[in-house]
Amino acid sequence: MAFIIEMLNIVKDFPGIRANDDVTLQVEKGSIHALLGENGAGKSTLMSILFGLYSPDGGSIRIRGESVRITDPNVANELGIGMVHQHFKLVHNFTVTENIILGLEPKKGPVLDIKSAAVKVAELSKLYGLDVDPFAKIEDISVSMQQRVEILKMLYRDAEILIFDEPTAVLTPQEIHELMGIMRRLVEEGKTILLITHKLKEIKAVADTCTVLRRGKLIGTVPVAETSEASMAEMMVGREVSFSVDKGPAHPGEVVLEVKDLCVKNAKGLLGVKNLSLSVREGEILGLCGIDGNGQTELIQALTGLAPIESGSVTIQGVDITDLPVKQRLDSGLGHIPEDRHRHGLVLDFRLDENMVIHSYGSEPFSKHGILDYGAIRKNAERLIDEFDVRSGRGPDTKARSMSGGNQQKAILAREIDRSPIAFVIAQPTRGLDVGAIEYIHKRIVAERDKGKAILLASLELDEILDVSDRIAVIYGGEIVGVVDADKTDENELGLMMSGSVRKAG
Amino acid sequence: MANKKLGDTRKGDALLVPVVAVLLGFAVGSVVVMITGKSPLVMFNAMLQGLTGLNVARGSFNPRYIGELVIQALPIILTALCFGFAARTGLFNIGAEGQLMVGSLAATTVALLVRAPAFIHIPLVLGAGMVAGALWGAIPGYLKARFNVHEVVVTIMLNYVALHMNNLMILNVFGSVDRVKTAQFPQSALLKDPWLESITNGSRLNWGFVPVLIAIVVYWFVIEKTTFGYGLRAVGYNKDAAKYAGMKVNRNIVLSMMIAGAFAGLAGAVITTGTFSFGRALSAAEGYGFDGMAVALVGSNQAVGILLAGLLFGMLKAAGPLMQSNGIPKEIGGIIQASIVLFVAMKYGLERLISVLRLRRDKASALPVTGEEAGV
Repeated sequence: MAFIIEMLNIVKDFPGIRANDDVTLQVEKGSIHALLGENGAGKSTLMSILFGLYSPDGGSIRIRGESVRITDPNVANELGIGMVHQHFKLVHNFTVTENIILGLEPKKGPVLDIKSAAVKVAELSKLYGLDVDPFAKIEDISVSMQQRVEILKMLYRDAEILIFDEPTAVLTPQEIHELMGIMRRLVEEGKTILLITHKLKEIKAVADTCTVLRRGKLIGTVPVAETSEASMAEMMVGREVSFSVDKGPAHPGEVVLEVKDLCVKNAKGLLGVKNLSLSVREGEILGLCGIDGNGQTELIQALTGLAPIESGSVTIQGVDITDLPVKQRLDSGLGHIPEDRHRHGLVLDFRLDENMVIHSYGSEPFSKHGILDYGAIRKNAERLIDEFDVRSGRGPDTKARSMSGGNQQKAILAREIDRSPIAFVIAQPTRGLDVGAIEYIHKRIVAERDKGKAILLASLELDEILDVSDRIAVIYGGEIVGVVDADKTDENELGLMMSGSVRKAG
Repeated sequence: MANKKLGDTRKGDALLVPVVAVLLGFAVGSVVVMITGKSPLVMFNAMLQGLTGLNVARGSFNPRYIGELVIQALPIILTALCFGFAARTGLFNIGAEGQLMVGSLAATTVALLVRAPAFIHIPLVLGAGMVAGALWGAIPGYLKARFNVHEVVVTIMLNYVALHMNNLMILNVFGSVDRVKTAQFPQSALLKDPWLESITNGSRLNWGFVPVLIAIVVYWFVIEKTTFGYGLRAVGYNKDAAKYAGMKVNRNIVLSMMIAGAFAGLAGAVITTGTFSFGRALSAAEGYGFDGMAVALVGSNQAVGILLAGLLFGMLKAAGPLMQSNGIPKEIGGIIQASIVLFVAMKYGLERLISVLRLRRDKASALPVTGEEAGV
């Protein structure tokens, strides 16, 4: 069969690093081709070259057999290449049709002809089973609908090659299932799909062929049907990976963290958390799962003192911390791994050793009479770096900014675990991390549980929730809609609860 | 390998950008001098003379120039410490000028109204300047912490308030002999010293350099060595992380503005009782605040950097009259200053340039190896 895209021996250098090293990608027309690799493996660089955002330093590109030079995204568009970005680029108070025609508005004389555009949008939507209302406003439709609008945008522009950049990150399991259906439908109609992802399950479910990159190099291209998830993972990471989290049964004890009738306002001034109650016992991990934006962030910020509590109470081992400032909450035994490690977790321009004492710099041995003891601060960092295998260019002297995401997260984990809190609020601990780091962090979280800590684990990754938690609380619209045992539930049940269609008392 | 990225810095890079910027600034100055038809060598000779007192062309030495350089550098070093201190806490303090003026007014008040021996009077005068500057700085700090009013707006406005309050007080409360200045301060309040003037051949050099040096050391110590400074830097780099770690962000903002204001207030006291010996009514701001911002920028808000950049800018100011007397417009000094600031502001571009040049060099040295491999 003919290749529609051929990227041959692509080389791309950035100062100090070769992001793509002799990478060859050949995609058959009418197939779903997955591009698999860890963060920093060079997937995005390769796709940016195909989309005209970077020019390659070596190699050639052929589209439909013809040699091309893609100098900017307009050239890519003309060649029929379209991209569904991870973060949608939509105007929220415009309708679906208005968003789709943005940039090539159809005109009748000098007047915008929105009707004929809407008709075309409706036709496309029907043809590919997208089920999108051309006149709905973006702000009124769900995230998965918004993603379909992005797809429609490309179809409207007659794109034949569709690049999907991590498309499932924002979707519920049911929505992911629907998206896969849409992708298959697109291929049936003759489109070609390039799927960028690090989720093996999805590749297995939908892709025909998979190209694996590691550290900028091409590791191989394999037919998905004949390759196991484990061997693809091995290609991606370079060693064997264990998927299941190794953990014994939990031995929960007394309730440590108790939340009662909590109400918290969100950024819009509305109640983001409504009368929410939950409790976490010592020696157990309570997973908090839900679709992004259903009150998880507000709940966590309220627990940790970053957002004010409207009403209700939070206690740790019976001590009321509802109105305490952050510092005193931490002193009461609260630990917090924040959801946004760059915004809250680290001072990126501080050195690693300075970051390691961000809570404790004011007390001995790190300072005496208000004077910092850099010797002790350094020793502390060296100990934690060693114990938690935090890798960085210059050890304790490394600026946090120049570390990889996985090592930044390990540094935060090291700092927080070392404080030895009794109630541990952990949010999105593995977001954007590669398989190796995820494995390590899960192991550490389970180890903390086994030490008798009460852990609240909030995550958008359903697999993570199912693998790591002992019990699972599902949050929807700022309320807990169900609490279930992790080993007695599955993705389907959770998915239904996450979308608010099923409630279940636990 | 994964740690090597574009924009990765090496040790010593922090110094590299300002040095390259200064060299480029002088290059621009030289070009402008050439356009006016003069030799840049004359300009450099004047600057060397301003810096060392040596006139290479004539083989003479005059220490007065060194004294004048220091006099020019002192206030802008202090206003740079003022700007830099707030900047390390993430605040953009444009109010150094106003904080300096209230410091100067407070110093004038204590100098004129208090009678005491010099070893008490001088510390009182300097202390009064610092307290006044600190209180003036507390206003924008409090408004920022309490009501989230942007400090840039408040400090700009307070500069005008300070200017007119100063003039009002000097002219109407203390009384002025000539609608410009107050009566002479008593000798006990002055930093002036005939001995310092005599060893520098009649320059205006005075003991003001002592509190300035102490201020630089205090700045360095507080920011780099204390828990308080750690908290300030954390707030400056990342307010959210500081809050997450349980720091008192708002309190730090107010304190930082107060300490910054104290540096500028000290500058006011040093000028009033060192360079001058009377309180002055001003027709407009004298630009110490903006010079201080430039110095802090070039010195990357580091204590030593501010000292060096302050001396550099002091030299450019002091060399002005010298260049003038050699037929080179003294505005060249201003052009060089402005170019240096512009080049420092293009920090990212310079870093990228340096990084690309390095990569080329690394590639060039790596090429023969790959060539051999290809041959095999």
